[in-house]
Amino acid sequence: MIDFGFKISPSSAINMDNADLSLYEKVREIEPDISKCIACGSCSATCPAGRFSGMSVRKCILDLQRGKKNEVKKMLSCCMLCGKCTMVCPRGINTRHLILSICKLYKED
Amino acid sequence: MIGMIFILSYCLVALVRIIMQLPGNDRKKFFISLVTPKTMAKNIRDIFCDCLFHVKLWKRNKLLGYMHSSIAFGWFMLIVVGHIEVLLYTPHRAKLLYFPIFFRYFVAETEETMRGAFFFFLMDFFLLMVLSGIFLAMFKRIQSGVFGMRRTTNPSFLDLIGLYSLWAIFPLRLLAEGFTADISGGSFLTKSLNYVLHSFLSDHANMLPAWWAYSCALGIFLIVLPFTRYMHIPAEILLIPLRNAGIKIRNARKGLAKAEVYACPSCGLCIDACPMGVMKTHIKDTTVYLNRQIRRNNERRIEEISDKCLLCGKCTAICPVGVEGDKLRIAQRSLRKYAINQDYSGIDTDQLHVKGEKVMYFAGCMTALTPAISKAMESLLRKAGVSYSFMDRDGGICCGRPMLMAGRFDQARQMVEKNTEIIKASGADTLLLSCPICYRIFREKYRLEGIRIIHHTEYIAELIRQGRLSMDKGYTKYVFHDPCELGRGCGVYEEPREVLSYAGELVEATKNRKESICCGGSLGSLTLGFDKRKSMTENALANLTEASPDVIATACPLCRSTFVRYADRPVEDIAEIIDRNCI
Repeated sequence: MIDFGFKISPSSAINMDNADLSLYEKVREIEPDISKCIACGSCSATCPAGRFSGMSVRKCILDLQRGKKNEVKKMLSCCMLCGKCTMVCPRGINTRHLILSICKLYKED
Repeated sequence: MIGMIFILSYCLVALVRIIMQLPGNDRKKFFISLVTPKTMAKNIRDIFCDCLFHVKLWKRNKLLGYMHSSIAFGWFMLIVVGHIEVLLYTPHRAKLLYFPIFFRYFVAETEETMRGAFFFFLMDFFLLMVLSGIFLAMFKRIQSGVFGMRRTTNPSFLDLIGLYSLWAIFPLRLLAEGFTADISGGSFLTKSLNYVLHSFLSDHANMLPAWWAYSCALGIFLIVLPFTRYMHIPAEILLIPLRNAGIKIRNARKGLAKAEVYACPSCGLCIDACPMGVMKTHIKDTTVYLNRQIRRNNERRIEEISDKCLLCGKCTAICPVGVEGDKLRIAQRSLRKYAINQDYSGIDTDQLHVKGEKVMYFAGCMTALTPAISKAMESLLRKAGVSYSFMDRDGGICCGRPMLMAGRFDQARQMVEKNTEIIKASGADTLLLSCPICYRIFREKYRLEGIRIIHHTEYIAELIRQGRLSMDKGYTKYVFHDPCELGRGCGVYEEPREVLSYAGELVEATKNRKESICCGGSLGSLTLGFDKRKSMTENALANLTEASPDVIATACPLCRSTFVRYADRPVEDIAEIIDRNCI
């Protein structure tokens, strides 16, 4: 292939018909508040783990809703469970419990 | 009857054997402590004070103390005096366990000497003491408020059987001894009852049913004892030396944890103490019920109860037998299995190193959310001329306490190691902390030899005492809220009050110090949502504002941001108050 100095990035479109949402549904059973999230990003802004690993609860929830399990796992593996995200959440979501529940539910793929 | 008593002794032996097998390495420590004269004396003193006289209950409520100690001490003395009697009159029978209990039935005649009358008097006196205790106990079932308990435990079925048989033992004993008093002798109580009974029942054959009823009640009580809350009687005697030996909970269900669970008398003092108790739906999530569910192995409820708790530690602080409700819960949480296990080895500590000053200030995650505190603290340090370095100005690694409270010890340990690395490399000799949550884990789990760990309230008190900060005393009325982790967790009660009294007038909350009420924002609870915490915060605020202070002062960033949400007056950290009042 000829190197043009630039390339076309692969499509990041997600086909929701093929996405596996089973994990999201399971989490929603335990912590129904997850559907209240407005993706404001307060949690990401306060997260002390974010600067080391790109951890962001907002992204975790979005990725779960899109069935992107591996990204979630990578982010959660750096969470320090300090609970700041819970304190700043304007929707009152217990994000700390949410994180622990996701950690519990994950199956090794 | 002999069989029944043997069941009891069998249970005791089994219990001791089980507990001995469990605590692993701690067992050695336990045995050494048993023969160390100092702890031996402490054990004996504690057993007498706690098991017989119930000093802690007396301090809580006189009536409650009398109720329990009259039953426990009275019964103990009945047994002791009974044995002395048997030894004096029929020494050859003293080896039989059951003999002293039915002494009056077996021995028909005793001499009417001074000595005999004295023992009769003693026996009757202690019987009366126990009876008065039993009467109070019955009254307590109807009106627990008189005993300083707003709510009490809901007894289980077996507990009720134990309770009723215990209530029946002593009135029946009185009746039985009353029937035989003219044959075997008696004193003021039994003799007079004998006259009354004789006025309409003169046949001595009547005494047999009474003695039978008494022995049945006693037998039922002893048989159900291992399965009821009355198991606390033998278990507490074991728990006291274990605790004095300095043993900690290592396994969620075995060893010390087991001893604590069985030592719980289900008295229900923790129900009133629990900050979650303001909502009726949470009453069944208190430590009494946790212990009951652990005894029943009800895993679903154990998980629910232990995850909900705020870990404020108040139940531990007020428990008359010393059951550590918070530590028991953390141990239960550590049993959970997670598929994702956090790993922080990727964090490069080099970019976090701070070099230079002797004093290192670590604000902590929570203070990052309330920058007013760290700003005030920095300004104070500048005013006092302290040169310092700020460890987490741009954010750092969490102290690990929240992870520890979730029961994930390995993850917490990793964070502890990372932070230790940074602190050691900095060359500081004082670590100044603003957050009691961090303070507690730094004191308990970090190995920072040669580095002084200090909370900012203590540090400010020191600066003022040394004259490095001079204060302008105002007329503002302050009330101090004892944060759970600082007060009950680390035992710091005096310094914050001292500091506040330099700034203005200090008033006290109704429940303070050891009994202060959690703000409701605690990280300890995993499952409680915001909506459920609101009433707890309002309850804690009502307790604080009783003396109508102008400002609510606290020393914890988490308490501060929780209170600010619902308070009707300003809530400030001590650092902010001092910074404002400092010349």
